[in-house]
Amino acid sequence: MGSTLFDKIWDAHVVKEIKDGPSVLYIDKHLIHEVTSPQAFGGIEKRGVPVFRPERTVATPDHNIPTIDQHLTIKDQLSKFQVDKLTENCERHGITLYGINHPYQGIVHVVGPQMGITQPGMTIVCGDSHTSTHGAFGSIAFGIGTSEVEMVLATQCIMQPKPKKMKITVNGDLHKSVTAKDLILYIISKISASGGTGYFVEYAGSAFTSLSMEGRMTVCNMSIEMGARGGLIAPDEKTFEYIKGREFAPKGADWDKAVAKWKQLYSDTDAKFDKELTYDASDIEPMITYGTNPGMGAKIKSHIPKLDEMPASERLSFEKSMKYMGFNAGDELQGKPIDYVFVGSCTNGRIEDLRAVAEFVKGKKKADNITAWIVPGSKMVEKMAIEEGIVATLEAAGFKMRQPGCSACLAMNDDKIPSGKYAVSTSNRNFEGRQGPGSRTLLASPLTAAAVAVTGHLVDPREVM
Amino acid sequence: MAKDKFHTLVSRAVPVDVENVDTDQIIPARFLKATTREGFGDNLFRDWRYDKDNQPIPEFPLNNPKYSGKILVGGKNFGSGSSREHAAWAIYDAGFRVVVSSFFADIFKGNALNTGLLPVTVSERFLRKIFDAIEKDPKAEFETNLVDQTFTILATGEKESFEINTYKKECMINGFDDIDYLLNIKKDIEAFEVSRA
Repeated sequence: MGSTLFDKIWDAHVVKEIKDGPSVLYIDKHLIHEVTSPQAFGGIEKRGVPVFRPERTVATPDHNIPTIDQHLTIKDQLSKFQVDKLTENCERHGITLYGINHPYQGIVHVVGPQMGITQPGMTIVCGDSHTSTHGAFGSIAFGIGTSEVEMVLATQCIMQPKPKKMKITVNGDLHKSVTAKDLILYIISKISASGGTGYFVEYAGSAFTSLSMEGRMTVCNMSIEMGARGGLIAPDEKTFEYIKGREFAPKGADWDKAVAKWKQLYSDTDAKFDKELTYDASDIEPMITYGTNPGMGAKIKSHIPKLDEMPASERLSFEKSMKYMGFNAGDELQGKPIDYVFVGSCTNGRIEDLRAVAEFVKGKKKADNITAWIVPGSKMVEKMAIEEGIVATLEAAGFKMRQPGCSACLAMNDDKIPSGKYAVSTSNRNFEGRQGPGSRTLLASPLTAAAVAVTGHLVDPREVM
Repeated sequence: MAKDKFHTLVSRAVPVDVENVDTDQIIPARFLKATTREGFGDNLFRDWRYDKDNQPIPEFPLNNPKYSGKILVGGKNFGSGSSREHAAWAIYDAGFRVVVSSFFADIFKGNALNTGLLPVTVSERFLRKIFDAIEKDPKAEFETNLVDQTFTILATGEKESFEINTYKKECMINGFDDIDYLLNIKKDIEAFEVSRA
């Protein structure tokens, strides 16, 4: 019997297996940020052990940093302390840091791929659940807790039970103006916010292979939102082309050797998965979430489910969710007034996302009732956006450009959506209070976000193109 | 570093009868700015416990003096979302040693075990019985027996077994942690690095 892509990579990284227990898994690349690493550094220092392989860890501050006036001292004292602590820890332990004003700084999951740090066949971890993003390159990448960050710092390994494997196939071509974000929101709406728990997902089929690398990252990024530990896509020419020439990509003869090795990274045709799901790309339309978990999504042109359309066991939590959102069962989605538009995050803060928004809003103005924030995923994305004229276009349309960081995706800094306000957001979570206490989040693609910014209400972007 | 050893715990339980309790509810992101593991318990379920003016919401179970104990009982799909271990720390810091649900998110479960907080997965039917038992008598006690891997409603004697892998069970019983284990096999890790170079 053949092996899955996941098995091939996993098995090549098992240092030791423990009977009736987890495997000791070797980690190729470890990404850290200011929020989930300080206690891990504190832990190894308390134990008196050094960082085992400092060259395999890369750091950048992202979660907590302001997105305006980044050249000034951070005003929030707690945030400043956390960011300073990251700098100190990296200096003390010899870890590469892309600090707040470094040209490579950005959201950790945007930085890895843009630098060519993320490569096929690797194991990659970070104390952040959206580490699954890197699976777009055919790597096993997943989020870990701080105790595990400490394990990686101390030994370059973690202890992990092997997850089950799920294959999600989407055949056919996506309709025009249906994006990677719509594709993944559609899948999560089908299998629910917990349907992937216990699994690692491989995405296969033409709907995924036809996506750009940025689109594949958007898909893999949200694997965790169905409960899956991560998701990956077999690398192909598009993958190699994306990596080639980037700062940490192999060069010269090493490049040819690497590509030859990467070409072996696919699931064998007779590989066995624990679960297989198949969808048809032609059924997918622009999507939006209406509730308080990412599984509560629907086509924008449809309506919020009616009570009799859902199982009795789910009605109580559904009604709680509707109360929080200020919506009613059965409501039409199009036409709902919106207050904020947020474009950014590790899900949709890459250059392709900013291009999509700029192309849509060019020559248009945002609606008066909308506050629109654009937060590039990294300094490199920001630089490209300036050079390509995207920033000028967006500012002319009334959007506010911010500096790179996680920003309003999780509202650790000052970028908060006020209580009771509605935000159409290109981020990944619509949990209660995620974008600020009392905030109401509707997840969507950058294209939908652009259309909402211009019309001032929820709309299928195809109706205004 | 050695953690508390866990064999059996007999305690009352605090019910949070809500499904899909995500990590942003357990500990909202704005409270993740600390650089130590302690103190997160004060902000456990912050936005469900306190209103906009920081006044306690009396009906929330953690504010209701009739509930107490070291066991937290949550609805299905507990701990979904972020990988922040701070969620497990907050529950531990608030004095809980066991968290019971019919379904846990993967990362949360691993984080809980690494924190010394025992996640106990029971059937949905049994979970309902636990909630009912607390509802009937908030002073009702429950026994979590890690050695036998059972959870018992002491008022009725009804019990259910729960799963935990042998390695993690030994760690919890003896107060070992994974880092001790990994540091002890450093030679194997170095040999692995050489073998793939």
